[in-house]
Amino acid sequence: MNAMADPAAAARLETIRAIVGAIPDPEIPVVTLADLGILRDVLIDDGAPLVLLTPTYSGCPATEAIAAQAREALDAAGFADARVRTVLAPAWSTDWIGEDARRKLRDFGIAPPACSAACGARTPPACPRCGSGEVEQVSRWGSTPCKAHYRCLACREPFDYFKPY
Amino acid sequence: MIPRERHVEYLLRLADSPLVLSHRLSEWCGHGPVLEEDLALANIALDLLGQARLLYQHAAALAGGDASEDRYAYFRGVPEFRNFTMLELPNSGVASAGAADPDYAFTIVRNAMYSAWALELWERLSRSADAGLAAIAAKSLKEARYHLEHASDWTIRFGDGTDASHARAQRALDSLAPYANEWFAADALDDEAAASGLGVDCAALRGPWLVRMRALAEEATLRWPEDSAFLSTGKRGLHGEHLGYLLAEMQSLARAHPEATW
Repeated sequence: MNAMADPAAAARLETIRAIVGAIPDPEIPVVTLADLGILRDVLIDDGAPLVLLTPTYSGCPATEAIAAQAREALDAAGFADARVRTVLAPAWSTDWIGEDARRKLRDFGIAPPACSAACGARTPPACPRCGSGEVEQVSRWGSTPCKAHYRCLACREPFDYFKPY
Repeated sequence: MIPRERHVEYLLRLADSPLVLSHRLSEWCGHGPVLEEDLALANIALDLLGQARLLYQHAAALAGGDASEDRYAYFRGVPEFRNFTMLELPNSGVASAGAADPDYAFTIVRNAMYSAWALELWERLSRSADAGLAAIAAKSLKEARYHLEHASDWTIRFGDGTDASHARAQRALDSLAPYANEWFAADALDDEAAASGLGVDCAALRGPWLVRMRALAEEATLRWPEDSAFLSTGKRGLHGEHLGYLLAEMQSLARAHPEATW
């Protein structure tokens, strides 16, 4: 069935996209699965809705929790026929984190990723509190695998940096 | 085309190395020299475990039947594991028989060597004819870059540090280098995988790997060891005395409770 040709089916997919997309990340609840680019697509496959998720880091402990939360939310909303599948390609990138999500991260005290790892992971972030570029890395890994721990040399506050990936 | 059985065998060979190194790194959890390094090694171990899991899942889907990531990780014995011998060596060093205190220089230099190799490997495998493997490689590549940065920083700090740290880093480099020979010595499976477009020409990784390692050694004021004819055989299933102990610990829970889920 072509969802584009069937407005009811298309609306159903949009509802599913909204439900799964709004799920907060289990470790950084200030941003959603849609914000982080973890929700890749919602489509019709084999006559039923299919939700495509992608993991962040290969070893991210939240990956399974995220899939379970998506399943739970779909069941609760009456989409028991929808399936959830993990896709690996294209590999997740912090470049998919939108401007709005970057603002939310900054407001939460997390410096958003500068740019993808390919363009230089060593580009230092700006302090999310005072905006100073005078910062130093305390630890390459912070409170989650996707973040590094930094200290601002201007306002002296510690902060997390969402690493480019 | 490579026969399915050989395809699976190649994937398991790729998966076993990160799994075994992940386990070695996890032994530092709670014992790191400083909190930041405890976190670093635990997180690198997590990435490697994640890479191994993706490869096992891919192999299991291809193998069919009752194959699964847990069966591969927990219910194969020493001769069935195909990891490189270097990665099963205890954190205390080559000649320590595993009884001595863990050595951070040995751990770091091994991570530097492996990450530099993995970077070259994943970069090429991201163009594998196996789309599933190519996807895993593209993810793993991003992680290997960060692991190499971490290990390089510390290799330089140790090598260009005090006399004691320099001596330990040099000893680690000297004792580990011969174990890397295995990585570049193609056997029939490597040749078959490379010819079919599934795998890489593993001998071709040596040049770029050596360039990276020699540059790192120079920056760390370490002497790059002389070539050695030593050839370990882990990837053919012929392991040293350490892997059995490692697997006994890693597999004990799953084997005591074979139907357990978590």
